[in-house]
Amino acid sequence: MKIRAQIGKVLDLDKCIGCHTCSVTCKNVWTSRQGVEYAWFNNVESKPGVGYPRNWEDQKVWNGGWKRHSNGKLTPKMGGKFRLLAKIFSNPDLPEIDDYYEPFTFEYERLQKAPVSKAMPTARAHSAITGKRIEKPVWGPNWEEILGGEFIERSEDYNFEGIQKEIYGEFENTFMMYLPRLCEHCLNPTCVAACPSGAIYKREDDGIVLIDQDKCRGWRMCVSGCPYKKIYFNWQSGKSEKCTFCYPRIEAGDPTVCSETCVGRIRYLGVVLYDADRIKEAASVPNEEDLYQAQLDIFLDPHDPLIIKQAKKDGVPDSWILAAQNSPVYKMAMDWKVAFPLHPEYRTLPMVWYIPPLSPIQNAAEKGQVEMQGVIPDVRKLRIPVKYLANLLTAGKEGPIVQALERMIAMREFKRGQNVDGVSDIDLLTQVDLDEATLNDMYRIMALASYEDRFVIPTNHREYAGETPFDNEIAFDVRSACGFSFGNGCSGGDSKPNLFGAKTHKNTMSGKIHQPGSKGA
Amino acid sequence: MTLNYINEFLFGYYPYICLSVFLIGSILRYDRDQYSWKADSSQLLRKKGMRLGNNLFHIGIILLFFGHLVGLLTPHEVYHHFMTAETKQLMAMVAGGVFGITCFLGMTILVIRRLFDDRIRATSKPSDILILLILYIQLILGLLTIPASAEHLDGSSMIALANWAQHIVTFRAGAAEFITHEALIFKLHLVLGCTIFLLFPFTRLVHIFSGISAPIKYLTRSGYQIVRKKG
Repeated sequence: MKIRAQIGKVLDLDKCIGCHTCSVTCKNVWTSRQGVEYAWFNNVESKPGVGYPRNWEDQKVWNGGWKRHSNGKLTPKMGGKFRLLAKIFSNPDLPEIDDYYEPFTFEYERLQKAPVSKAMPTARAHSAITGKRIEKPVWGPNWEEILGGEFIERSEDYNFEGIQKEIYGEFENTFMMYLPRLCEHCLNPTCVAACPSGAIYKREDDGIVLIDQDKCRGWRMCVSGCPYKKIYFNWQSGKSEKCTFCYPRIEAGDPTVCSETCVGRIRYLGVVLYDADRIKEAASVPNEEDLYQAQLDIFLDPHDPLIIKQAKKDGVPDSWILAAQNSPVYKMAMDWKVAFPLHPEYRTLPMVWYIPPLSPIQNAAEKGQVEMQGVIPDVRKLRIPVKYLANLLTAGKEGPIVQALERMIAMREFKRGQNVDGVSDIDLLTQVDLDEATLNDMYRIMALASYEDRFVIPTNHREYAGETPFDNEIAFDVRSACGFSFGNGCSGGDSKPNLFGAKTHKNTMSGKIHQPGSKGA
Repeated sequence: MTLNYINEFLFGYYPYICLSVFLIGSILRYDRDQYSWKADSSQLLRKKGMRLGNNLFHIGIILLFFGHLVGLLTPHEVYHHFMTAETKQLMAMVAGGVFGITCFLGMTILVIRRLFDDRIRATSKPSDILILLILYIQLILGLLTIPASAEHLDGSSMIALANWAQHIVTFRAGAAEFITHEALIFKLHLVLGCTIFLLFPFTRLVHIFSGISAPIKYLTRSGYQIVRKKG
């Protein structure tokens, strides 16, 4: 057993109001630069719909994620190492920018500078790439907002697999939900696996997946490898970029920007301990429907004394073990079983999980009553088909989704009973197999959702870290040593043997003793 | 006299200037500005023409490169055991012709794409266009040497060119003299070839180094995943 810790995330879709604050704050921080105008490290899609880039979920088209061979081995779906390298000159699995959208801006200046005329001046759209006028933008990161467009196009949605979808095009039966998406910081990431340069890596200490911008050569295999299409090729810098999980904030114990600014308080961050030795085993179970359970099986109980002992041995700091014990992510995924991975069938073992949304009871309006399953309404009669949610979150397995929805309904009914009628309906709890203490904990974290309950993030002393791609910026090494500077600044170059004479000493003001023979940063 | 001097400079000294800049420039760029080191793919912006054009171009030019490398630098004593100079010249002409035309077809698509596609033109740096056109001209010059060498099939030109290359890389004096009496087309091809080395570190061509190292690293990497430790 090799225990590693990861900062995981849960998004409670039941609370998402589709305001896009996450996308906008993320964009302002990370992708408001040339070359990534089209890139949204975080975006919110209205479902059902084909999303951004168009139809990203259909791996028959994009070949993202992993393929399990009959002998049990996994290779990236786009091909093993040789096949993948053969695609290096021209990658048939790469989306074109029009699959995302051609980035554009408006000629705002004209609104102020146009000469006097009878008609109001207009600000036309212009391409951010060519500068030429775009007569009519035809696609964007949020083109299907609140079921925009025709059902016939939106119904290409991959999650309709195995569903008689025609009836959902009828006005009376229509349904929708929001799906905010970001990098999944997977345990078994295909982007890392597909990178010939080895520039993408998973951080051992917190599980964040990053692209070393110096080492990236722009072979663009990661863009295809990622089944979530959450790696973006910066057409200006020629390098791939992705969601960084706001690692500078996480290291300081702060939530990611998208989580911090979430108006609906739908986002949760917390530590999950897992067994790194069993990643391969979990990712390669034969039946896709078992992938959700297989991933749960490699998560470890942070209260188990044996696990704590092993975690300490494997270098997980005490503060991280404590955080794991209070992790809202662990509780939602493991204790309450209300959160699920997005598309586990891609076999990447994603670490951003989702609580499925409740929806109005389908038949209530026409029948004037609600069908009950015991004391709980029948969740199969919810407006959003359970099968649709299962295709999204459990590779089609409906049981776990039904249980989660029932538990969420039970939580509402129970608390309503307590607060409005003054009765505690224990039958409700027995039916969904929860006790009152657990339910109160669920209620506190999921419904009240205070800042401290949503974000349980231990700090990470990066300032002591040694050889990383960001060596030059390691706080203690450059403290008081690099201030006002010109040209290449305090950078001593990227390669290890420094061309123009490296420092002989590291900054010992961090309290680290100088080791003779060890080179400066 | 002047002609002699120019000849001596272009084929005796210029290659060393070019190779020095190539070597030192590449090392410096790698160390000081690795963020700029990339293949600079434009496939995201326009897929059209990439599959045919870029594959033909790269396969063609890689084979041409290795053809030149082996053809010019194999000592005469080595290949004489297997073939005569005449056979070798014929082989070079045929192989060069086939790979050259492959490369030419691909490159024509790429040149048209780079110059006339809105998006690609708008995102081209001057160095992108310059190096592509230089490579294109060099390729055409290379193809034009085939009829020139067909005029004398005795292998003498080929031996002269190989002697020149071998003298250059082994730092022997008098390399330029081998070239003096060769046809102009060969001279142009050589000078432009050296110029490509000169420009190499300042253009996207640096990705060639990575194109060699990345597959080796990738294929020898144990498994697929990479995890970096904090310390």
